[in-house]
Amino acid sequence: MNEVVTIGMAELSCSSESALLRTSGLGSCVGVIIYQEGSTHAAMAHIMLPSVTISSNREHKIGKFADVAIPELVRQLRAKGAASYRLKAKIAGGAQMFASAGNEMMRVGERNVIAVKEQLLELKIPLIAEDTGGKNGRTISFDPTTHELTIRTVHLGTKVI
Amino acid sequence: MKDFDFIHSTHLDVLREIGNIGAGHAATSLSALLGRKIEMTIPEAAIIPFDQIPDRMGGSENEIAAIYTPITGDAPGSVYFFSDAIQSNAVIQQLTDPLSESSKQDLAAQYGQSAFLEAGNIVIGSYLSAFADLTGLKVARGVPDLSIDMAGAIISHGLSRLLIQSDVAICIDTHMKIDGEATVRNFGSILLLFDPESFEVLFKALGVEIDE
Repeated sequence: MNEVVTIGMAELSCSSESALLRTSGLGSCVGVIIYQEGSTHAAMAHIMLPSVTISSNREHKIGKFADVAIPELVRQLRAKGAASYRLKAKIAGGAQMFASAGNEMMRVGERNVIAVKEQLLELKIPLIAEDTGGKNGRTISFDPTTHELTIRTVHLGTKVI
Repeated sequence: MKDFDFIHSTHLDVLREIGNIGAGHAATSLSALLGRKIEMTIPEAAIIPFDQIPDRMGGSENEIAAIYTPITGDAPGSVYFFSDAIQSNAVIQQLTDPLSESSKQDLAAQYGQSAFLEAGNIVIGSYLSAFADLTGLKVARGVPDLSIDMAGAIISHGLSRLLIQSDVAICIDTHMKIDGEATVRNFGSILLLFDPESFEVLFKALGVEIDE
């Protein structure tokens, strides 16, 4: 039985050894996993918004904004000895839970996914797999040993990417 | 105002009272719809870290049926009417055909979903109109919509606006149940979240001082 590290909303954490990384109830939020190929170095964030620049406040939980959380994931992985040039990413989430919320501000799921991809591109981290969009909530867990990301939904069952 | 240090227990008492009156009206309309007497809990009004809100909805992965409506106007925010997915079937049953065993409606059926959405819409409508009468504020509500999913995923939708400025939220919640039946926490609950910019407007309208 593997140990599990649970990441709450707007939090992020590294895996220690082969502990599973898990976050639940992703709606418009995006779960980002950065891992190193051929090793068990892995870290996950539960990102809720695209960019800290839209806030006048600078004190937030570290995993809340894509443009703060993703560089922090990389920093923590490097501090643990991961090699930046071998980092890869998998992402899941960014759903639109309510269809009627059509206006720009509320399409936050879509904007989160775009912001996450921009950050990954900027940091030159290849995106290996994604399960994003749609209108379903997701609970995800990442196995640092196999690099498999398991995604559970209420209506669409479970899949592995 | 990022941590809402300026909000004291007096402010929360006032919010609780608003919740009480709003929920009273909501329970009355739900009672009329279901043809059953509805009991409600005394609302809780609290400033809590946003990541604790899913716990108030039965946990992040708890499957719920929720109606969401954005509040616009003087005091923007979000309002949810939700039930545990299993409990929502009891609501739908009462609404559609309580006597017929053969034509049971539930959340899986389009008709069941429409019935639940309509009930939520009416409940939220009476809550908000009581709120508007009490505060004298102009509030309008957006198009209501239904989602059946994990509580964490559903609440993130309404949280996204208020999280831009803060890690805490003011929430007012009330739980309802059919009179005489065993207490089920999430038979029908109303959760109201205000955007940070609403606080000053809200307290001013209620005649409560905010000391900076």
